[in-house]
Amino acid sequence: MSVAVTEIHKQDQKPGRSLGYVFRQREMGIVLALVALVAYTAINQSRFLSSQSIRDILLNTAILAVLASGMAVVVITRHIDLSVGSVLGLSAFAVATVMQHNQDLPMVAALALGLGIGAVAGVVNGALVHFGNVPALVVTLGTMYAYRGLTYSWAGGQQVTADEVPRHFLRFANSDLLGVPWLVIIALAVIAGVGVMMRNYRIGRELYAMGSSPQAAGLAGIKIARNTLVAFVISGALAGLGGVLYASRFGTVDAASGNGYELQVVAAVVVGGVAVFGGSGTIWGAGLGALLLTVIGSALAVLDINQFWQQAIVGALIVLAIGADRLVAVRIARSLRKRDSHV
Amino acid sequence: MSELRGRLASWDSAIIGVTVLVLIGASIGVENFGNSSNFTFLILDLLPIALIALPMTMIVITGEIDLSVASTLGLTSAIMGDLWNRGLTIETIMPLCVLAGALLGAVNGFLINRLGLPSLAVTIGTLALYRGLALVVLGDAAVADFPWTYTGWVTGTIGGAVPNVLIILVVLAVIAGVVLHATPFGRSLFAIGANDQAARFSGINVTRTKFWLYVVSGAVAGLAGVLWTLRYSSARADNGAGLELAVVAAVLLGGVSIFGGKGSLWGVLSGVLLLAALQNALRLQDVSGQALNIVTGVLLIASVLLPNIITGTRNALQKRRLRAAVPAQSS
Repeated sequence: MSVAVTEIHKQDQKPGRSLGYVFRQREMGIVLALVALVAYTAINQSRFLSSQSIRDILLNTAILAVLASGMAVVVITRHIDLSVGSVLGLSAFAVATVMQHNQDLPMVAALALGLGIGAVAGVVNGALVHFGNVPALVVTLGTMYAYRGLTYSWAGGQQVTADEVPRHFLRFANSDLLGVPWLVIIALAVIAGVGVMMRNYRIGRELYAMGSSPQAAGLAGIKIARNTLVAFVISGALAGLGGVLYASRFGTVDAASGNGYELQVVAAVVVGGVAVFGGSGTIWGAGLGALLLTVIGSALAVLDINQFWQQAIVGALIVLAIGADRLVAVRIARSLRKRDSHV
Repeated sequence: MSELRGRLASWDSAIIGVTVLVLIGASIGVENFGNSSNFTFLILDLLPIALIALPMTMIVITGEIDLSVASTLGLTSAIMGDLWNRGLTIETIMPLCVLAGALLGAVNGFLINRLGLPSLAVTIGTLALYRGLALVVLGDAAVADFPWTYTGWVTGTIGGAVPNVLIILVVLAVIAGVVLHATPFGRSLFAIGANDQAARFSGINVTRTKFWLYVVSGAVAGLAGVLWTLRYSSARADNGAGLELAVVAAVLLGGVSIFGGKGSLWGVLSGVLLLAALQNALRLQDVSGQALNIVTGVLLIASVLLPNIITGTRNALQKRRLRAAVPAQSS
């Protein structure tokens, strides 16, 4: 993070370059931090770079990155979605139960079911935020507990175990295409798809505009209602997709699946350079954030550092990243002011 | 302005009314709800929520939020267990824990007010950070051998029905009520929440005021951590996980506006009582603890949604009435 800040600091003296360049620098900072961390860990423990270890890290990143892509869309719109962990749990349990009772159902049906459940959960969130005029924090804090409670009252204490779901369902997450695990391919496809949508398509640019200034976006004729719903549906649907991947990867699912996962997702997004004030950041940055968090987790394990540090590090990273965003924002404002005063 | 105050008063009294109805209904309809040992449990259950809700009310009134309170509770509980293991006396540990809570609150206050970071994001971060630190301090172990003099006092009652800890709650609630509703400091909180720039220009030190609110919030969460640990005679890193939802829900249910500037302490206290009574009654009906979260979650959303709908319909009706009146006048 400090790397990103010093990069920005250098930028400060050359205020002529575009803002986009500054934000690209932010992601460069994460890449550098990632490289430094991997290098340090690999030097101390060579098996960190074994193909099995890399495979595990990528598999662990995949689900987090899928959820982080959706969360990034919502945060860019200046909202937040704290219900993603609960949506993941609901979708995972629903899909596992359905597969348990219909052993012949194809994988596509499972994916569609998960996406559908997530999308419905997202519609509820988005509608309450926009039409109910309730802040996203309140809505999704509420639905985070409501969706989780729903899963509990459905599942009770029971769980679906790996030997009860069909073979092909489990094989999906653990098989490869040309040596690359399906889970990773899906995560990359999601990042690419959502990334292109946010970067090149009208709806994406409108979401950035809404995040920068909701009022100005409304005055500019952007359909706030539809776009808010779209943002929450994307986040919900991707959390639902994450649930299917989770169930397929671990096989054993109970009502507590994905409990507290929203913190990791928020951390990935914020660490990945998506500003909590909305209006800036990229999807692939959020994906990088997810990768960084996972690598930290694995590095702790490999370096034999107390596993309990992991959550504390997640929290510290969130706070650091918000601080870095603030520094960037203050410096940009200052350099813009300086540039304007020259004119 | 008077209309606004009237509407507020009506939301407060509506909540108090609903609370009374739920209490009466549950006493009649739910077996064992009305007996004295259940009353003790009810108070013990709502104690940490009510305590933390006192400073949270003030923070939300200034237009901010503190989501880290439950993790502060967990961390102080873990610290308490650790210090007890190290052989400190319980009389030293308890004030140290409250102090630790205050320090954790000061960290929030510093990040939010000195560095100007958004309170929502900061306290989501410290929610993860403090809970993580609790795990670092105590791991997944539990410390259980606290002296009976204190654990017994926390779960004990006066005359078999009124729990001892109710004294602490009443004293702190009275102090908070007086500070919020009868001092210039309390008025300044409403002013900050209504418009913090205007408050600044009228000579209120907004930064310092908010900073101290977070310190108090941390200290009270620390106290709640001590009481929680003594009540269950168990110091664990995951103590009070998820409690922030109940606190925020109670505060909003009690009529405090999430946008700041409006609210009252008696509304919040009846909100706490309403939530606790509903949960208690449902639990007596054998609804599982986790499923109860549906109720809390839905009430949280409803407490912001309903006033919005009421205001919205009222405004729409008013507009229609005005529109209907205009042609009548011109003709």
